[in-house]
Amino acid sequence: MADLRNAVIVGSNRIPFGKVGGAYASASNIDMLTAAIDGLAARFGLAGERLGEVGAGAVLKHSRDFNLTREAVLSSALHPATPAYDVQQACATSLTAAVQLSNRIRVGQLDVAVAGGVDSASDSPVAVSDRLRRTLIRLNAAKTPLDKAKTLAHVRPSDLTPEVPKAAERRTGLNMGQHQALTTAQWGITREAQDELAAASHHNLAAAWDSGFFDDLVTPYLGLTRDQPLRPDTSVDKLAKLRPVFGDGPDASMTAGNSTPLSDGAATVLLAEEGWARSRNLPVLARIVDAETAAVDYVLGNEGLLMAPVHATARLLGRTGLALQDFDYYEIHEAFAATVLCTLAAWESADYCRDVLGLDAPLGSIDRAKLNVHGSSLAAGHPFAATGARILGSLAKMLAQRGSGSRGLISVCAAGGQGLVAIVEAC
Amino acid sequence: MKLDDLISGVLDSRVGRSVAAKAGFPEATVLRRGEAFPTGAIALGTVEPASGSLVPDALAALGVTAQPALVDTPDARSTDAEGRQRPPAYPGRLGAIVVDATAASRIGQLEQVRAMLRPAVKALEPSGRVLIVAADPATASEVETAAVRQALDGIMRSVGKELRYGATCNLIQIADGSTASELAQVLRFALSGRSAYVDGQPFVLSPLPPGLDQLDQREGRIVVVTGAARGIGAAIARRFGAEGARVVVVDVPVAGQPLAGVANEVHGTALQLDITVPDAGDRIARHVTERYGTDAHIDAVVHCAGILRDKLLANLDEQRWAAVLEVNLAAQFRINDVLLDPDRPGGLADGGRIVAIASTSGWAGNRGQTNYAASKAGVMGMVRALSAQLVDRRIAVNGVAPGFIETDMTASIPVIDREIFRRSSSLLQGGRPVDVAEAIVFLADPATPMNGQVLRVCGQLVVGR
Repeated sequence: MADLRNAVIVGSNRIPFGKVGGAYASASNIDMLTAAIDGLAARFGLAGERLGEVGAGAVLKHSRDFNLTREAVLSSALHPATPAYDVQQACATSLTAAVQLSNRIRVGQLDVAVAGGVDSASDSPVAVSDRLRRTLIRLNAAKTPLDKAKTLAHVRPSDLTPEVPKAAERRTGLNMGQHQALTTAQWGITREAQDELAAASHHNLAAAWDSGFFDDLVTPYLGLTRDQPLRPDTSVDKLAKLRPVFGDGPDASMTAGNSTPLSDGAATVLLAEEGWARSRNLPVLARIVDAETAAVDYVLGNEGLLMAPVHATARLLGRTGLALQDFDYYEIHEAFAATVLCTLAAWESADYCRDVLGLDAPLGSIDRAKLNVHGSSLAAGHPFAATGARILGSLAKMLAQRGSGSRGLISVCAAGGQGLVAIVEAC
Repeated sequence: MKLDDLISGVLDSRVGRSVAAKAGFPEATVLRRGEAFPTGAIALGTVEPASGSLVPDALAALGVTAQPALVDTPDARSTDAEGRQRPPAYPGRLGAIVVDATAASRIGQLEQVRAMLRPAVKALEPSGRVLIVAADPATASEVETAAVRQALDGIMRSVGKELRYGATCNLIQIADGSTASELAQVLRFALSGRSAYVDGQPFVLSPLPPGLDQLDQREGRIVVVTGAARGIGAAIARRFGAEGARVVVVDVPVAGQPLAGVANEVHGTALQLDITVPDAGDRIARHVTERYGTDAHIDAVVHCAGILRDKLLANLDEQRWAAVLEVNLAAQFRINDVLLDPDRPGGLADGGRIVAIASTSGWAGNRGQTNYAASKAGVMGMVRALSAQLVDRRIAVNGVAPGFIETDMTASIPVIDREIFRRSSSLLQGGRPVDVAEAIVFLADPATPMNGQVLRVCGQLVVGR
């Protein structure tokens, strides 16, 4: 390990996140990722530069976009000889890309790289049914007009119903909100606590925008200059009026207000070997110290779908010898307000930490004033693959402002019962 | 179809153009732009008795072989078939005439200027040049000398209004201590297409401070341009980029998308910044050190960011007043204060340049623009006063006053007014953003011997210095 180099976060850029069907309704994933890369190139003077690699991805992806990232690079101001690859790990996509590329820089395979993610809920791929798809493939293979006619005769009206992508787990048929509702009930998370967290997210994000915090993190796109889901004037009272949309019965507590909205957007992070960055007089903000991915068996109901980051946190802290309280900032992705609250509750629970995580003592509680201090996904929106890069870029800036050695913890849950947790430290 | 589109459609149509021409509106000429010199011969006329003039050496430094100017004396005239006296005629089209009037100190000598200009203006090619070189009236020791030098300014402005087909007339006033290479720097700009939209303008030279390595400093210079996302600012950034400068483009965060486009186009860096925030100067300096090194300094700052909030004074409230003065004037002061601190990393280098955008409204005034004219006249006052303070550091401060320039901003002016603005200039057309950019790059050049000047780029639209 002694020979590893230092990989640093130089800076980041994203476009403001849009509401589904909003400002980016007619923008494609390639358009948005290109815009995010172009803003990054402009901020750091990378136009015409050949970078080591760009790794990015999308969760909702058209089949024609199999080479999404490379296509975006070719459309961007970067040198066309910059290689690129697509990566996808649901909502952890761009954070996974950042961890991978940071490691490749550390072992000496790259000097500079861009990690990113993009998603469009507005321009989502709509597919034909499996039966129709198989019929069309046979039609393509049919040689004579008669064969073709016979093949087409198999098509039934019901085959023509398009398949729209759903945020549903394939193995359970439940969507993410329904899964979280089960966990929310299990941990006894109240409606009031969720609405308070959601209101704080909006107020914190609005304050960050007003203070100019995003001046060097975001480049406007298609006339959108701030995150579209942001409601600066929301309040616990207003949120309390919304009807639950996930969960059953009188205790259902998850509403559209304390769940992330479907969104469009893209985010990127510039990573480099420390010497490379310094020789080019580029900022050296922070570095990814370590990261851990966990997955849980949510299918049999042994664990909540979005609880994997808690497992990853336990393993990561165990490996690095850090306590949960050794951080200046905590960035817990707000898939739902309840996801964050379940994570905090699990960290604090002696029983859970002992019985499920196998720890001698609970990880403990954290200072809530250090949590998502500039808002998170509830207010900013959550274009799935872009969220990790959004969080990493903002956190790196916050840590650099706080000073050398300050530390942050990122926790991102992902579909499939997975979760990625990373430790970031200011250089 | 909107009325404006209809009118401009008619004006642009063949019939419309023909009617306009018959009504006495000659068509505008496509101006010669870029580095190119005139294609025709360049004539040199000298007001006698001359001795030790810089002009021949300056022309030689530009590789110009000038031919003697024809002089309209009674002896030189011929008589045509109808018995009328004709001045001597050049055999072909004349590219430019340079009148060296540095020796002019008596009223009688002005006749020589007339006699040299008369044959030349008839022979001038499209986008040709009339350049009068004289001494600065302010340095004259005798009253008559001062009057004669000022008279040349009047000649220049009137000739500018008489010339057609994109030809311009400008006056170059040299100072005590000016050198031939300094004059050559100004002549190069004035003869080339880079000065296409500069007309009826005196260039007042100040000798360059000693110890400045003047030439070949353009590559890699760090230049900061505010208001660079669109229009004139974007053109300025592009022009500096073409010179090989490292350009920092600054504009408000909401203009980030076009700003990023300009930054990437010129291979520079984008700084999203509202220049009215209190720490704007700090953030510019920090950006410079964080991109170009802890010991990096700015070589030129171009204050281009500006806004309009037009209202007749009777309807003008304090918000519209403050917004314009804040962006167009006060923000520049705060930024300059920070960047002019000699100990400031990322500040302005010794020998650096400041160029501020003023406006012809600052000279002539404009209905509905008390706030704007105040800010732009203020810029001119700042240029004069600040330039005098920074001589020790060899920093020059100059301004550019654009007239009617074709941009997104002026495209919103009603079509009739727009056409009147265009036709009111001696060149019968609006300028392009690149015309302003050329003047700014010229003034930001370390070899340009000018300090404390505001150069109009208005096609001689209005009166002004």
